[in-house]
Amino acid sequence: MKQKRNILPTLTCITVLLLLVILLENISSFIPGLPQIFQPTSPLFTVLKKAAVYSLVAVSMNLLNGFTGLFSLGQAGFMLLGAYTYAILTVPASEKAQVYYLFGGCAFDFSLVDMFEGIFGTSGFGAALSMVLACLIALILAGCVAGFFAYLIGIPVLRLKSDYLAIATLGFAEILRAIFQWQKLGPVTNGANMIKGFPTFSSFNITDASGNVLLRLSTFVPFLISSLCIIVIVLLINSSYGRAFKSIRDDEIAAEAMGVSLFKHKMLSFVISSFFAGVGGALFAMYVANAQAKAFTSVMTYEILLIVVIGGIGSVSGSVLATFLYVACSEWWLRFLDSEQYIGGFKVPLLRNGFRMVVFSVVIMVIVLFFSQGIMGNREINIGALLKKRSVKTDKAERKE
Amino acid sequence: MEYVISVLLSGISVGGQYALIAIGYTLVYGILRLINFAHGDVFMVAGLMGIYLTATLPIPAALVLVVILTVVLGFTIERVAYKPLREAPRMSVMISAIGVSYLLQNTATYVTGGQPMTYPVIPFLSDTVNVAGTQTKWVVILTPFLVLALVVALSLLINRTKIGMAMRAVSKDFETSRLMGIKINSVISVTFIIGSALAAIGSILFFTNYPAITPTAGAMPGLKAFVAAVFGGIGSIPGAVIGAFLIGICETIIKGLPSSWDVSVFSDAFTFALLIVILVFKPQGLFVEAATDKV
Amino acid sequence: MANALHLENVTMQFGGVVSVNNLTLDVPEHKIIALIGPNGAGKTTAFNCITGVYQPTNGLIEFMGKPMVRNHPSGKAAKAYKGENADKYISEPVLSPTPDQITGLGIARTFQNIRLWKSMTVFENVLIAKHLRAKQNVFSATFRGNLAEENRMREETMELLAEQGLDGYKDELAVSLPYGLQRRLEIARALATDPTLLLLDEPAAGMNPQETAELADFVRDIRKKYDLTVFLIEHHMDLVMNISDYIYVIDFGSEIAQGKPEEVQNNQQVIEAYLGISEEEAV
Repeated sequence: MKQKRNILPTLTCITVLLLLVILLENISSFIPGLPQIFQPTSPLFTVLKKAAVYSLVAVSMNLLNGFTGLFSLGQAGFMLLGAYTYAILTVPASEKAQVYYLFGGCAFDFSLVDMFEGIFGTSGFGAALSMVLACLIALILAGCVAGFFAYLIGIPVLRLKSDYLAIATLGFAEILRAIFQWQKLGPVTNGANMIKGFPTFSSFNITDASGNVLLRLSTFVPFLISSLCIIVIVLLINSSYGRAFKSIRDDEIAAEAMGVSLFKHKMLSFVISSFFAGVGGALFAMYVANAQAKAFTSVMTYEILLIVVIGGIGSVSGSVLATFLYVACSEWWLRFLDSEQYIGGFKVPLLRNGFRMVVFSVVIMVIVLFFSQGIMGNREINIGALLKKRSVKTDKAERKE
Repeated sequence: MEYVISVLLSGISVGGQYALIAIGYTLVYGILRLINFAHGDVFMVAGLMGIYLTATLPIPAALVLVVILTVVLGFTIERVAYKPLREAPRMSVMISAIGVSYLLQNTATYVTGGQPMTYPVIPFLSDTVNVAGTQTKWVVILTPFLVLALVVALSLLINRTKIGMAMRAVSKDFETSRLMGIKINSVISVTFIIGSALAAIGSILFFTNYPAITPTAGAMPGLKAFVAAVFGGIGSIPGAVIGAFLIGICETIIKGLPSSWDVSVFSDAFTFALLIVILVFKPQGLFVEAATDKV
Repeated sequence: MANALHLENVTMQFGGVVSVNNLTLDVPEHKIIALIGPNGAGKTTAFNCITGVYQPTNGLIEFMGKPMVRNHPSGKAAKAYKGENADKYISEPVLSPTPDQITGLGIARTFQNIRLWKSMTVFENVLIAKHLRAKQNVFSATFRGNLAEENRMREETMELLAEQGLDGYKDELAVSLPYGLQRRLEIARALATDPTLLLLDEPAAGMNPQETAELADFVRDIRKKYDLTVFLIEHHMDLVMNISDYIYVIDFGSEIAQGKPEEVQNNQQVIEAYLGISEEEAV
């Protein structure tokens, strides 16, 4: 049917994209003398990594705000849960004494990395496999913890109407942040200090025995994980449950009258969205190489919300596109606004630290006010349709299957 | 005993300052059904203006100018960011408010260079006074009285004047009021003007007693004031004021608890916990009657 | 004959206003029953009580012989209660299912002021209503373990649309349809939930005489085809008199008459209730 036809070209495109990412981040080691931008230290890769992480969070927020019509502002809180779960579970025991030195070590010595290394060995392939498995399981658990808390929080707050829900979820995120900064929980959360020493994206680079990088995968990994998660979200949105979510968004009363249980479906959407926000939070911790409660403020939630708005509320591809644009602008393209610039002999006025964000927020306001549909509105980029013109043949072959 | 008095005094004073912000929230919500996320940042900007203006002008003139400029700011925000979205879904207006908040914070970072700014010493307000054996600033004593006076004045405005009647009508039924010939836009503007003026006065009182202003200094008092408004039943001015005093007092008590418990980190979280409890058990707030939606 | 729906002493009070007052009525299985009355008589409120949108202040609603909704005034509501039989159900447990549970039992409805899902196509509008009876869980749905069921849902949706003559509009946005077709789509959507009792809230509102006449046949057809019981609110007297087996008339929330169409038509109280409103205006 219609859906089946769309899935294959999309999957092909994503695979090609992922392969391109691997190529891009390794190209500088194969062809020497490329411009600075292709070097591993270039802002390009910072942007790509951060955008890959944020796009998952943005899509998860869109699932809730755009597709279910639940205006929740708790995203940063669930990211925090994910980040801490991941960090606590993967810091190797050998690092714990140093990370938690203020509290005389961690309350429990368990680490997924150590556990798997106990099984597969601590060197060579065994160590690599242990790290990958540990990260994978920690990521899933990060999502589960966030999802579980979402369930608990959802019981009281999902009955609330739009703006009250927003402020209640925002409140929960702030409460979580306070709890994680509480010194009494220091032996677990390291208090207000950061947890570090866990596997990050660069841990996935393949190195030889002396530590020279053979194959860089540090950008590929967030792309891979985010893509997988976003694919799952898209599948959900296009399923019977996704349609039920949309019916709640369009008209709650009609949805309920047609047998869609509001509580059950709102809860599902909330828990699933939070699950992926939790995974996103864990990825964020991997990206910044630390987990610290004070990073997950409501400003972070606002940022993600604005990304969703720019991309178009109710469009997954819009959210992804907007994330890359947003991150590229804020981390890279508009950087020049933050330092003094001269055109010829003329000093451009106003440019100094902080101006970038002013310009940026003005642009956002313009989008919110005059282009409220965002980039994509509620449409999607249909890769199937884009490719159709060029590949009618393959399309026919698929239909035969 | 002295300790208790000092905690209570500062609690009442903080509560009074929240009350001044909360009124702005509750008025705007009553009329537009909008959580004006930018209101806390307007409050912060008023604080910054206080710093910059007192540096160049005599203090009384500067303070008057702070109030006027804040009113202009509030008015402009409404006209530019909310008015064009009058027919849009409520969510869009709220997103716009978040956008304005983001813009104000970023602009403040740009102007101040991200440095914490110290509020000037305002004669009399910052002077210390001895109450029942506790040293405190005049502002602490003065705030509750000033708040009460302003609330009385505001109640008179709302209950006795024509514009007040229009405000009450609009908050009851937006559409019908418009059909009855009430100039919706001027009513909304007046609401924002009152709210901003009170936020400006609040900022003078609040920051006099506060170590430094950062670009995010307005966000938390703003949210707390909103919680106060919800607590009292949004749309109700006395409700908001009572809620604000209560939150102010509780917060100071939590901050004043023995440091070995280490619970001061929860002084903000407490407010939100209170909010959630209220939303779950009495979503209409403590002082407002429930209403039902029509199907 | 067994009753599909039975209302007993149902009272709905909002604050001091009694919208439905001590209403008792029966909707026998396989019949078409109408509820009529002047504007503001409480008809839609009665429907909202039956479908779980409101919880009645007092009374009992039975569906297929089993108690479905039951309540008695308590707390604040008891003090303010103006209706009758306040103590009748006081010893019985309160039953207040949510609207979706009631739909699950087999009661489907349409809305007076059409409530289609705006951003969705005609096809999706009906397909979503099929979700209720789908057996998949969120995992099987997401990971496509349910393709057979999904395809069956889609086929059934197409059948329903074809039956309503809507298949040509399948991919149009529901709200872009002409008014009459939107009403039909609402009925198709209600049928997609596999109901045994169909509640129609002013199905002919805004229709021209031609469409109204077609609607009468259509309601009779679906009643037969799906073995339904139909309970409808309507202002179009022609339609009501034409298709109803039995009519209840309410005014100010209370029943003022009941009977076969011809009996109701000649009832003095009914004529008085409608007095001052000529038939054109009532339409």
